[in-house]
Amino acid sequence: MNFEEHAAKPLLARHGVAVPRGELAKTPEEAAGAAARIGAVVVKAQVPAGKRGKAGGIKLAATPEEARSHAAAIIGMEIAGHKVVKVLVEEQLPIERELYAAVLTDPPSKGPLVMFSTEGGMDIEEVAATAPGKLRSQTVDIRRGFSTAAARELVQDLELGAAEGRIAGALAGLYAAYAAFDAELMEINPLIVTRDGRVVALDCKFVMDDCGIVRQPEVAPFGTPDELTGLEARAKAAGLKYIDLDGDVAVLANGAGLTMTTMDVVRHHGGRPANFLEIGGESYTQAKPALELLLSNPRIKSLVVNFCGAFARTDVMTQGVIEAIEALKPKLPIFFSVHGTGDEEAIRLLKERLGVTPLPTMDDASKAAVEAAMGKAR
Amino acid sequence: MIVRGSDRVLVMGITGKQGTFWTERMQAYGTQVVGGTNPSKAGTTHCGVPVYATARHAMKGGGFEVAVLFIPPLMVKEAAMDAIDAGAKGLVVLTEHIPVQDVMYFMAAAKERGTRIIGPNTAGCVTPGECFAGFMPAFNERIFREGSIGVMSRSGSLGVLLCLNVVQAGYGESAFIGIGGDPIIGATTRDALTDLDHFPGTEAVVMVGEIGGSMEEEAAEYAKTMNKPVIAFIAGGASPQGKKMGHAGAIVMGNKGSYASKRSALEAAGVTVLDTPSGVGAALKARLGR
Repeated sequence: MNFEEHAAKPLLARHGVAVPRGELAKTPEEAAGAAARIGAVVVKAQVPAGKRGKAGGIKLAATPEEARSHAAAIIGMEIAGHKVVKVLVEEQLPIERELYAAVLTDPPSKGPLVMFSTEGGMDIEEVAATAPGKLRSQTVDIRRGFSTAAARELVQDLELGAAEGRIAGALAGLYAAYAAFDAELMEINPLIVTRDGRVVALDCKFVMDDCGIVRQPEVAPFGTPDELTGLEARAKAAGLKYIDLDGDVAVLANGAGLTMTTMDVVRHHGGRPANFLEIGGESYTQAKPALELLLSNPRIKSLVVNFCGAFARTDVMTQGVIEAIEALKPKLPIFFSVHGTGDEEAIRLLKERLGVTPLPTMDDASKAAVEAAMGKAR
Repeated sequence: MIVRGSDRVLVMGITGKQGTFWTERMQAYGTQVVGGTNPSKAGTTHCGVPVYATARHAMKGGGFEVAVLFIPPLMVKEAAMDAIDAGAKGLVVLTEHIPVQDVMYFMAAAKERGTRIIGPNTAGCVTPGECFAGFMPAFNERIFREGSIGVMSRSGSLGVLLCLNVVQAGYGESAFIGIGGDPIIGATTRDALTDLDHFPGTEAVVMVGEIGGSMEEEAAEYAKTMNKPVIAFIAGGASPQGKKMGHAGAIVMGNKGSYASKRSALEAAGVTVLDTPSGVGAALKARLGR
């Protein structure tokens, strides 16, 4: 889950990283009021996306009047597909130097990775490609954490001058925030040194591990959930993972890998999948609400049901599908492929209740669904 | 890590609904389950084996080599640390949705102690004719049969599908390793490929990958050094970019982790890459000559 800048910065501050003084504003009047209290300000669009400056979502204002007119222009804007509904009004700071700092979850090392660069304000992938010498990184044993002393070692010999100690302190604070809030990414870009020697986080990007949300009850409500389509939101409420796609062949399978593969095979046979919908893992008993959800998509012309049971029992899933079909009596053609744990019982149920025999392979079922969607008779 | 019939297995969380269901099946298949854990039922017997408070107690009690964890997400870190501290040789971590910082924690401890880990978010592993650990339908003869094909998969359900196709084509499996769908896992694709390459009686390896991450590209490096044929299927060619497709690990950002990148790396390493899973039988026949 992403956190917007205004929600992320206070979390840094709680771990000793200095952030600019600022207030959140939802109207031009609120922005003007904030500027009257703060002085010269920056008005920043709050959306869970980068490149806000380039999109015109960040403006300097010397007076409350200017802050009001900038806020009026920015609120209502669309940036990277997100409509701006609020701005952060922050004090302007005299920038001496811009740096980059981040902590992220690093699959190759199976631990956190701290990154630091003297090239702040730039895209870090660009720095890695063009000036790798200016990028420092350090893998961390999460059991031991990342101390100010370790941070000092990471940033030494980079000619940071008198601010070096405070920069190391900010890095250790950033790591502490990453560890405390179940982050998978916490990034400060830029981390600035002011002309009077302060080290301040001018921006902050924070992505919380979705699996950590349940144990962050105090902080999680300030995150920005993914924007979902109507069907995706309904799926989420039912504990299902659904992604809308633009095709007309609906896919119902168990397990992420098998679901993706069913989509691949539908495409391989010339069809277009209408969705990703997984009911594996603990949600395998949710076949009925899952099917109800799929059938409410007006675009779909056929359905392929592909079950391969390991943990998920195919008889339990099939039972759910049958109940949904009996209740909703869908008109569209449905093709089954069922194998694995519980398949004998599942096949018996399909025959008995729906008079249907599963096709021998998922290729057969997918191909039949594609042909049916294209209007070819079988 | 490949779990063998000679390995003594401890089922952590044995008294739960899933723990019980799958312990009974593992026992019926031949897995040497020597005990289980549940702190509130220590001293009792469940599924015919003693229940201990902790893995440390189980190690003192009779000993074990492999711990299989049927434990809820937020309690896995403690259970895994218990098993690692007890001196387990290996852990099979089935649980999905474990906070990633917890995973990194016990991975660091396992690395230090030399403990092998399969998972998290895996359906487990099967050694046909010997044993299985986790929740795989090892006992289904249309899916698992003793043979010479090593199979590894990130996804459990897709692993089942490929094994089904292998058996339908007239082959059987030497071993199956489900490595798990999380971004941070113990045994990687490359590790599993290496284990299967060295596993006695294995003549070819079927590798089932997914979009996202760089594990298939790393495995391709190892495949170059192998004398045995490798057949691969990569799921997710039709998935959109930038979306998590169920598995947290299956997300494509830019070209990184893309289907095209994985396919070309594998093909350059001499791996046969399948368009659909049902092509595996024909590919094995072409590569093995029978």
